[in-house]
Amino acid sequence: MANDQTNASPDASNEDRRFFLKQSIAIAGLSAVPTGLLQAALEPDDGPVGNAVKIQLSLTINGKRKRISVDPRMSLLDLLRENLGLTGIKKGCDFGQCGACTVHIDGRRTLSCLTFAVMQHGRKVTTIEGLSHGGQLHPLQEAFIKHDGFQCGYCTPGQLMSGIACIREGYADSPDEVREYMSGNLCRCGAYPNIVDAILEVKKEGLKV
Amino acid sequence: MKRQFADNELDTSLSRVDGNEKVSGAATYSAEYAVPGLVHAVLVTSNIAKGSITAIESREAETAPGVLAVISHLNAPAVPGWPALKQPAERAPVGTAFRVFYDAFIYFDGQPVAMVVADTQERAIHAAALVRVTYQQETHQTHFERNVKSAGIPQNVQRSKNSPFQDYGRGDADAIAEAEVRIEAEYTIPTQHHQPLEPHAIIAVWEANDKLTVYDKNQGVKSAQGQLAQAFKLPRDNVQVVSKYIGGAFGSGIRVWPHTIAAVMAAKQVKRPVKLVLGRDQMFTSVGYRPYTAQKLRIGASKDGRLHAMVHEGTGQTSMYEEHLERTVLATRAMYTCPNVSTRYRLLPLDVNTPTWMRGPGDATGMFALESAMDELAFALKMDPLEFRLKNYAETDPERNLPWSAKSLRECYKLGAEKFGWENRQIEPASIRRKGMLVGYGMASSLYGFHRHPSKARAVMRADGSVTVQSATMDIGPGTGTAMTRIAAKVLGLNAKKVKFELGHSNLPDAPGQNGSATIPSVGSAVHVACEALKSKLIALAVKMSEAGKSGGQVVVTDGQGVRNGRVFGSGADDEGVSFADILKYHKLNELEATEESKPGPERDQYSMFSFGCHFVEVHVNPLTGEVRVVRVVTCADVGAIINYKTARSQSIGGVVGGIGMALMEHSEMDHRFGRYVTTDFASYHIPVHADIPPIEVYYVDKPDVHVNPMGSKGLGEIAIVGVAGAVANAVFNATGKRIRTLPITPDKLI
Repeated sequence: MANDQTNASPDASNEDRRFFLKQSIAIAGLSAVPTGLLQAALEPDDGPVGNAVKIQLSLTINGKRKRISVDPRMSLLDLLRENLGLTGIKKGCDFGQCGACTVHIDGRRTLSCLTFAVMQHGRKVTTIEGLSHGGQLHPLQEAFIKHDGFQCGYCTPGQLMSGIACIREGYADSPDEVREYMSGNLCRCGAYPNIVDAILEVKKEGLKV
Repeated sequence: MKRQFADNELDTSLSRVDGNEKVSGAATYSAEYAVPGLVHAVLVTSNIAKGSITAIESREAETAPGVLAVISHLNAPAVPGWPALKQPAERAPVGTAFRVFYDAFIYFDGQPVAMVVADTQERAIHAAALVRVTYQQETHQTHFERNVKSAGIPQNVQRSKNSPFQDYGRGDADAIAEAEVRIEAEYTIPTQHHQPLEPHAIIAVWEANDKLTVYDKNQGVKSAQGQLAQAFKLPRDNVQVVSKYIGGAFGSGIRVWPHTIAAVMAAKQVKRPVKLVLGRDQMFTSVGYRPYTAQKLRIGASKDGRLHAMVHEGTGQTSMYEEHLERTVLATRAMYTCPNVSTRYRLLPLDVNTPTWMRGPGDATGMFALESAMDELAFALKMDPLEFRLKNYAETDPERNLPWSAKSLRECYKLGAEKFGWENRQIEPASIRRKGMLVGYGMASSLYGFHRHPSKARAVMRADGSVTVQSATMDIGPGTGTAMTRIAAKVLGLNAKKVKFELGHSNLPDAPGQNGSATIPSVGSAVHVACEALKSKLIALAVKMSEAGKSGGQVVVTDGQGVRNGRVFGSGADDEGVSFADILKYHKLNELEATEESKPGPERDQYSMFSFGCHFVEVHVNPLTGEVRVVRVVTCADVGAIINYKTARSQSIGGVVGGIGMALMEHSEMDHRFGRYVTTDFASYHIPVHADIPPIEVYYVDKPDVHVNPMGSKGLGEIAIVGVAGAVANAVFNATGKRIRTLPITPDKLI
């Protein structure tokens, strides 16, 4: 019952590829994708993947440039977790409703489960693994430990990525403001008050985030 | 005596020992182990609630690129621990855990009917969509209210005369009719789901034909090990369960669920390690839930506010194949002094999956009803609800006629009321308005039974004087490792930095799963006695060393009085002691080890053991929209000695947050035409977000309960949520004059 993609005839797979690209452009708004990427897409590096082809893209992740070929159906979150071993960022719902997968793309907080990896060609992605430098934790990471801003720890990387963005965006001047601008990040253990305290303290102390 | 949680206690508390890993993304959860050769599984689930599978068309999926197998009851490898399928096949009798891919029967919507395994996740998801299942559908019953007349005494209870779920009575069952003031009301809580942020996940690896390792999300590695060994007929030691970090569970991980068995089966079939992560929608039908429960309370008192009679009846839902029982009506027997009490508990089987324990199981449900009813009766008596509770304070356990091992609920009430400013409450509803909002104050009591199970721990001192303590316990979030480190460090007189605690692996010493607020009482006791034993060994070795006159120029330790700062001391005033490292060095020991078991004793028959607490809540209700905002909470608990304030406080806050969700938003809604949940994600199943949660003040009566265990400490996980929903509902009544008896209290019920 196990089978291999090499069984598929080249013609059939080409059909599939063209069909997929047409569909993708129409449905997913891929028309915004740079032409270089589309070119790359037409030259699959290792054959068809189901009814799709692998696509080459280049990304800067935590300061390191990477060239990767991905299944176009793969979310950025799955690329990070499944292919690149960056499991620090979490999959909570896969629907953009919980915030556990929050990363920074070109400095902006983004739900990595709601964006295809192929849409991030040429962008700079920062994950939780990219926050600390040389073993030195980011001030907000320190503050989370001090204020016990987590219990199970699963929503924590997303809370941190959002919390840093929240401070940078200038929405961390009062408890109500922090609560409002952090409400996209769910925590089922209920660490909310401690998270708010941690963010407010880092903002108040004027630490570089 | 009363200690409140102040900032200086935060400072003296231990920060989480795994904090660094958790904030840096280095903590590895079940789906995150990099196992070579890993392949991905995706479940195909039923879209009918009752019937049987007539055909599975899987050829298209099987031939899709990258697909390794499509597994269903038609081709699944046999699970040797299950009985061979009878022919003709019959539906499972009550009491049979659901067996995945066993036969063609459908018991609930969302039941796994097939599983696709492929080399990548994308290919598995795609191929799963290609599997076509056809059914012969039968009429299902999923509607609680329409079927409640079919509820009955659970078979389990009929068989067991000593079951706590037997009908109960003390005094006169008809006494309610004589009560001078009485109320009668029905309360309903809908189905609610745990929905931890981490979806349930497993990586199953057959290391050899008879050796299995699973990285699995569960709440008890030892129990999972036992259940898997039984299912696959393996020697227990051939099964290893690794569950070091658990992204929340709240009860959803107490059992080994069908999806776990399915992944293990699949790994056997494809001869590769298999990863299965449940989708958020599958989390609604795969790992249990707090069951839909209807309750009827009749309670009455004399005009001066003394309870005369209480009648509490509860009916919970369960599946057609298993009976899930909860303590729903049990709290009413023990909470207040009352001469005439009767309780009755019934079960309603429906075509749904089996419920399971969810934080504060039974008690969170039952105490919502009891504490609402107490508020209703206090209002009927024109009496302050706190005063009413104090008037009926149970000085001893009225059910078992035993003294409490310890009870400081009165102190909790006093402390909570003071901190909250309860004296500002107006008895007349809707009498305070602030900035256009209706302001209401509410309170409720909380109780939870004490549980302690046999547990083992091993403490090993290394040559440098540092200690590793091990036990197969878990941390689903409360900070088990942190609390255990604190217990070990205290007993051994060591800096906590010199103590390492290991958990979450089935090859560690036996420990119960993490549930029922039993971890500190059970595992904490084992850690305590193991470290005491290690300390005794150290002292004996130090004395031996001194007797030989070879303590290396240090003051002789003749009588080994105790340990402090990593040294053994004698009784002499100038005694400088001898360091642990020097003791080991002198005796040429690389390490010194002590393994101990701790279990409860006869005290269980001599005392009645409970944790107690209370919650005070202020709500603001928008009179135009009916929106309820909780703006302030004071929670107060009597759980014996507090081990580590910082993590304890977080657990209490978390319980209140869960209770606010239960009270105001959580509702798993089903479309009964299909017997299917329509709430299948966080956009439709609402849990509290940052903006819903106000500052929460936490206080403890930090007084050791000397009868329960060596630390005098009871568990905290459940008591933190029990009663919260009642306090919120009572505050809403105080704000609006509207008594909402069906949770959640959504705006439509208030306008």
